[in-house]
Amino acid sequence: MRMRHLLALFLLPGLLTAALANPYETTLKNGLRVIVKEDRRAPTAAQMVWYRIGSMDEVDGSSGVAHVLEHMMFKGTPSVGPGEFNKRVAAAGGRDNAFTSRDYTAYFQQVPKEKLPEMMQLEADRMRHLNVDAKEFAQEIKVVMEERRMRTDDNPQSRLFEQMNATAFQTHPYRRPIIGWMNDLENMSAADAKAWYDTWYVPNNAYVVITGDVDHKEVFALAEKYYGALEGRALPARKPQIEPAQDGTRRVNVKAPAELPVLIMGYKAPVLRDADKDSDPYALEMLAAILDGHDAARFNKKLVREDKVALSVGIDYDPTGRGPGMIYLHGSPSEGRTVADLEAALRAEITRIQQDGVSEQELKRAKAQLVAGQVYKLDSMFGQAMEIGQTESAGIPYQKIDRMLEKLQQVSAAEVQAVAKKYFNDDTLTIGVLDPQPLDGKQRRPTVATRH
Amino acid sequence: MKKLLTAIIAVLATHSAIAGVKIENWVAPGGARVFFVESRVLPMLDVQVDFAAGSMFDPPGKSGTAALTRSVLGLGAGKLDETAIAEQMADIGATLGGGADTDRASVAVRTLAAADKRDAALAVLRTVLHAPRFEAAVFEREKARTVAGLKEAMTRPDSIAGKAFWAAMYPDHPYGRSATPESVAALTRDELVAHHARYYTAANASITLVGDISRGEAEKIAEAIAAGLPKGEPATLPPAPAVAPGKAVKLEHPASQAHIHIGLPAIERGNPDFFPLIVGNYTLGGGGFVSRLMKEVRDKRGYAYSVSSYFNPLRQAGPFQIGLQTKRAQAKDAIAVSRDVLDGFLKDGPSSEELAAAKANLTGSFPLRLDSNKKILDNVAVIGFYGLPLDYLDNYQQKVRAVTVDDVKRAFSRYVRPADLMTVTVAAD
Repeated sequence: MRMRHLLALFLLPGLLTAALANPYETTLKNGLRVIVKEDRRAPTAAQMVWYRIGSMDEVDGSSGVAHVLEHMMFKGTPSVGPGEFNKRVAAAGGRDNAFTSRDYTAYFQQVPKEKLPEMMQLEADRMRHLNVDAKEFAQEIKVVMEERRMRTDDNPQSRLFEQMNATAFQTHPYRRPIIGWMNDLENMSAADAKAWYDTWYVPNNAYVVITGDVDHKEVFALAEKYYGALEGRALPARKPQIEPAQDGTRRVNVKAPAELPVLIMGYKAPVLRDADKDSDPYALEMLAAILDGHDAARFNKKLVREDKVALSVGIDYDPTGRGPGMIYLHGSPSEGRTVADLEAALRAEITRIQQDGVSEQELKRAKAQLVAGQVYKLDSMFGQAMEIGQTESAGIPYQKIDRMLEKLQQVSAAEVQAVAKKYFNDDTLTIGVLDPQPLDGKQRRPTVATRH
Repeated sequence: MKKLLTAIIAVLATHSAIAGVKIENWVAPGGARVFFVESRVLPMLDVQVDFAAGSMFDPPGKSGTAALTRSVLGLGAGKLDETAIAEQMADIGATLGGGADTDRASVAVRTLAAADKRDAALAVLRTVLHAPRFEAAVFEREKARTVAGLKEAMTRPDSIAGKAFWAAMYPDHPYGRSATPESVAALTRDELVAHHARYYTAANASITLVGDISRGEAEKIAEAIAAGLPKGEPATLPPAPAVAPGKAVKLEHPASQAHIHIGLPAIERGNPDFFPLIVGNYTLGGGGFVSRLMKEVRDKRGYAYSVSSYFNPLRQAGPFQIGLQTKRAQAKDAIAVSRDVLDGFLKDGPSSEELAAAKANLTGSFPLRLDSNKKILDNVAVIGFYGLPLDYLDNYQQKVRAVTVDDVKRAFSRYVRPADLMTVTVAAD
């Protein structure tokens, strides 16, 4: 079958559910869900195992343990020795890795399709049988500290972002960095990692997403064979830890060796909880596309190209997530301009939308990009598995992915203006500024203007 | 035989379209070489035009010319200003991409295959290629942004280390020269126009098309692209890099981690020792989590999050390099361990088990290199640009399988000579 015909269905989402069962899903008796998307374009397959457990489930003093455990997952089981997991994937001609987010921890392998059963066997094995060896842990925790130095400590922007979140969130665990505070890493033990594993790594806290040149019935049978025998277990209650309403602008400054100042303005924003009933997150996503969706979108056109107040500027908004949402505006001022100038310019753009709204043409353009993006995303099997997995991780069923696109297509100019008025609110704003410091300790450039 | 089989399978089962990659090749007017892969799986098209116009062709003292020329290229052309270009592409959901590296300057379009969208996207591509404006105001703005970016890069330990490493390896070759805030600030619009006129020509271009079009359509598209380019001449290469004796370069920086590069100029694209070197390097430091460097530096000692080695073959001898980052106090130890691993490998080569594991991965993972249009485009553009054999992909697995331990040892001893290794550290105690 050629995709061309499927595309017609994509553009008429109403017909989609009836006409197309792909992806397929089953749930094993132990609670493990298995989602299979058949895509026969190349003789390869991707397996992703998603655990509904991320850094937001950690407690104070143990920040970073979700990510450390992710590292330990490659350190062996009674039947697969330390390092053997990677070796077997490599021998199968595969690539594998893992990643930890605030909301989830995920593991994946990309392999020639005939190697999928072996990958399922390996993942099933480490789902319940991991060894958390103290000697292996002692080496691996050093690796994680090096990772923190590389990603955060020596990266001025990352340090700013870490401080932003620690300021914007005071109660919700999103205030802690995924990789963990260095002092928590220094005091972490193998027992901490083991306790984490024993508590959360159970089939009823996981789901498997498989895409590629596979038959879903065969995959379901393999899942039963390898994962079926693993026992489920009741999970501890998760407390909501809702962030209290923010009642005024917060500011944070970070000094670090750098040349360019950086400004981040983060506003509290909603995320999707109900893909059908919610509407504001869709309007915010279209707003982000209108401001920053292409090179001549408002931010780049006005602030970088016309007014030259910024060297670069952007907007980040993730409409899904287990915890609370934020919409971030960020950029660096041009030489001779200050972060205060850039902040004023960003605020002026927001005010313009609040007062005058957006044009039908801008909205149409953003929607055209969205439609094309739906075709381009099919070019990557791994990307499709990621989309399913991430949507599920935020508590949105993957079956709603097409509905979400339909809802985006329905967003009106009036709704975009309305969310701009509603969410760009100084009371929920956190402003972060990177104050660049000279490498040699001597001041080389006028101090960045900041307001307190 | 393999190709024929692929074709038969493709006829019998059109849904599994990419078992191998059939590259069609011809020459368009003016001498532009064209490489086409028909892929009917998705209703989309990628077109990439590569010119031998990378930073190796920056005039002496004018580092940054190639990169800035490429940056400004898509910012105003023909009757379209930079806003019109971006809006027209966004209106049809197409993207204009590309960039410049040491060797290549690329201009690429991704579009839906539907005729109205495709034609509009390709019209923008042709305008950008054939009639860039190099507007003075846009040039000055992009120059200022580039200078600011370079100043920022010069505060980052990774960027500082990278530039110092290339400068040490290539003291008398353009690969060793990188743009500085000063060199870019001194560039003029005329210099960009001259670089464009010399290098963005049909004789100096390769055009790669992958996607949902027929051979006939591909011919028309390529011809229209090539016909609007000046005929020009192929780029003239500088003399090959000379061998420089190894040395250590140590730069201060307040970072918590030292950045370490160890390496030397090694091989050019198309070098016959490419396969022994990549097969051997898999065991040394290319095989991700299963390499010797990873085992010794990361797993056994916890010295680094990431450590690897690789060959980066370029138009002229590109580097072999080992790279890692480690807590600044243990830089010396980490370098010693890395050198031990390298020396042991140079002495004995891979064990027969290691060689078998390398081959199993490199041949087994082959389908993963080609399972999207994007990956096919990247591979075929490299084949086209560097003039690799058209059956490069067909023979890849067989050439990997043919490598012996002796081949690896011989190739490594020829190209990775301990006396010529440069060691660059930034922020080491």
